[in-house]
Amino acid sequence: MTQPVLSVRDLRVEFVTRRGILKAIDGISFDIAKGEVLGVVGESGAGKSVTGSAVIGLIDPPGRIAGGEVLLSGMRIDNLPPEEMRRVRGKRIGMIFQDPLTSLNPLYRVSEQLIETIRTHTNLSASGARKRAIDLLAEVGIPAPERRIDSYPHEFSGGMRQRVVIALALCAEPELIIADEPTTALDVSVQAQIISLLKRLGREHGTAIMLVTHDMGVIAETADRVAVMYAGRIAEIGPVRDVVQNPLHPYAKGLMGAIPSLESDTDRLVQIPGSMPRLSAIPPGCPFNPRCPYVFDRCRVERPEPIQHSEHRVACHLYDQSSAPSEAVA
Amino acid sequence: MTERSYVEVKDLRREFDVSKPWLNRVLEGGEKQYLKAVDGVSFSIAKGETFALVGESGSGKSTVARMVVGLLPPTNGEVVIDGVSMSSKAALAERQRLRRRIQMIFQDPYASLNPRWQVDRIVAEPIRAFRLIEREKEITDRVGELLTLVGLHPADGKKYPHEFSGGQRQRVAIARALASNAEFIVCDEPTSALDVSVQAQILNLMRDLQDRLGLTYLLISHNLAVVRHMASRIGVMYLGRIVEISNGRELFAHPKHPYTRMLLDAVPDVGMTGRQRIPVSGEIPNPISPPSGCTFNPRCPFANERCRAEIPPLLGGVACHAIHEGRLAVDAAA
Repeated sequence: MTQPVLSVRDLRVEFVTRRGILKAIDGISFDIAKGEVLGVVGESGAGKSVTGSAVIGLIDPPGRIAGGEVLLSGMRIDNLPPEEMRRVRGKRIGMIFQDPLTSLNPLYRVSEQLIETIRTHTNLSASGARKRAIDLLAEVGIPAPERRIDSYPHEFSGGMRQRVVIALALCAEPELIIADEPTTALDVSVQAQIISLLKRLGREHGTAIMLVTHDMGVIAETADRVAVMYAGRIAEIGPVRDVVQNPLHPYAKGLMGAIPSLESDTDRLVQIPGSMPRLSAIPPGCPFNPRCPYVFDRCRVERPEPIQHSEHRVACHLYDQSSAPSEAVA
Repeated sequence: MTERSYVEVKDLRREFDVSKPWLNRVLEGGEKQYLKAVDGVSFSIAKGETFALVGESGSGKSTVARMVVGLLPPTNGEVVIDGVSMSSKAALAERQRLRRRIQMIFQDPYASLNPRWQVDRIVAEPIRAFRLIEREKEITDRVGELLTLVGLHPADGKKYPHEFSGGQRQRVAIARALASNAEFIVCDEPTSALDVSVQAQILNLMRDLQDRLGLTYLLISHNLAVVRHMASRIGVMYLGRIVEISNGRELFAHPKHPYTRMLLDAVPDVGMTGRQRIPVSGEIPNPISPPSGCTFNPRCPFANERCRAEIPPLLGGVACHAIHEGRLAVDAAA
């Protein structure tokens, strides 16, 4: 197998507070190959955004990476000094955030922001950078880019602004793009446009994309593989079609059943009782055990490690042949 | 309409004055400018039914909701609830009595509950305001009963809103809406701020309450899947007008209006059925200067001269010249 673009090994992120240490990310591992889109999905507080921030080294104190490693094309980046990390960020890793208005500076024209970024990371001349900026805007689907490039961010609509942010992330032709809820602030019709744009870019440039979102629909449309996160751990990871149509982990099952569908008629949605535990009160054993309909004794004491099960990796004692109770999962 | 409808909305219009300040107009010679947020919306809701309005941001769906509950006076048109016109001056006493039977649930449960009040006081507020129960002991019992009804514990009444999660707060908001024995509840994006698993809990709760108490809902949402799950009839809004109105199943199986088809195509396909999607082009235009004729014409693949000149009327549940003229087959998208 060729070397993955991003490889995260047993990553742990902690936040030190007066009341003790909160484990936001508790030992997660995953790879993203060249040209692959990995979807990271979970509910608020599952740790998906923190995972993204940890990969690009943007965890601010009191948070800290407490263990594990992050490898970008084989190079360890989690322990780089800040100045070197700053060069990796932007050049080799691009970022797209949820709210396009806050990731653009309202006081500068789009052209200035694009050209500055291009010239920081390449040795193009000012006019060469401007030409490249126009090409980038054309590539992300902004009509008449040579005229629009000198506009200010507020002169663009939400969808167009998100396209500018994507162009900004593409400036240095990064190997990896981390997109944190890129379509959440947009209307469905515009959302579909942005999704297909991201997909096309991943395909054409061979960029690896880590797509963080809570919207299962977006993942199903875009991702090749998906990781379902719960309370700072990966509950299940596998090819998107398998995870969506045949989820194994009881939490993933609940999550899929909870989504109202356009195709099927159901009177009641599947309901997962309770809500995600607070980080200060993660139950021992499997963090999902108080809400799990299939819980048995082992779940309350022993933390499940990821088990390979056909194409998926699932962290659930039910799939461990040696211990699971005989009345298997429905 | 066979049975008498419970809520009747007739030709509702609302304009907002978005002119520059008077002095600027005098000095710079600008005209007064109006934004037509809602432009002639009519629909009716039968008792015990869920009617939904869907549309993208800026389509005017929330403005309709606010006019229906009376938070915003309409510029024109009328809302009749249970036979009482909400705008006629004559029926003041009747309107007062009707008020307590209409309640609203808002999108953001963090903003719609007073953070300095305990939950039992929040839930009891409508009871006290309408003087439904006088004795304190009975009010306490009633609040406990309401909290149990929405899946909370009576002891939760002693807590403050910040001690609850988003889903639980929305339950408190529903308990408050039910406190005055409401029959008609307007829900403006009730689950948009919630995670999917919590959204499922709230949607299930809303349906259970409807079955038990015979509630009538007006549901405002931009999420088509939620609307399909909840509503028996659906109106699709675009730039202040209803472009298509139909019963739920029909709308999703045989969408007629090109905008409805486009919206359905744009919904990400969770089931991964391999459904073909038509790429959507363009964005919702600026409502201050909407396109002439059918407001959807710049984005519509079937637009012709007539569409650019003449506003299509809502006939047979759809406002589209191409459908009326038979240029566009009704079943094409099915």
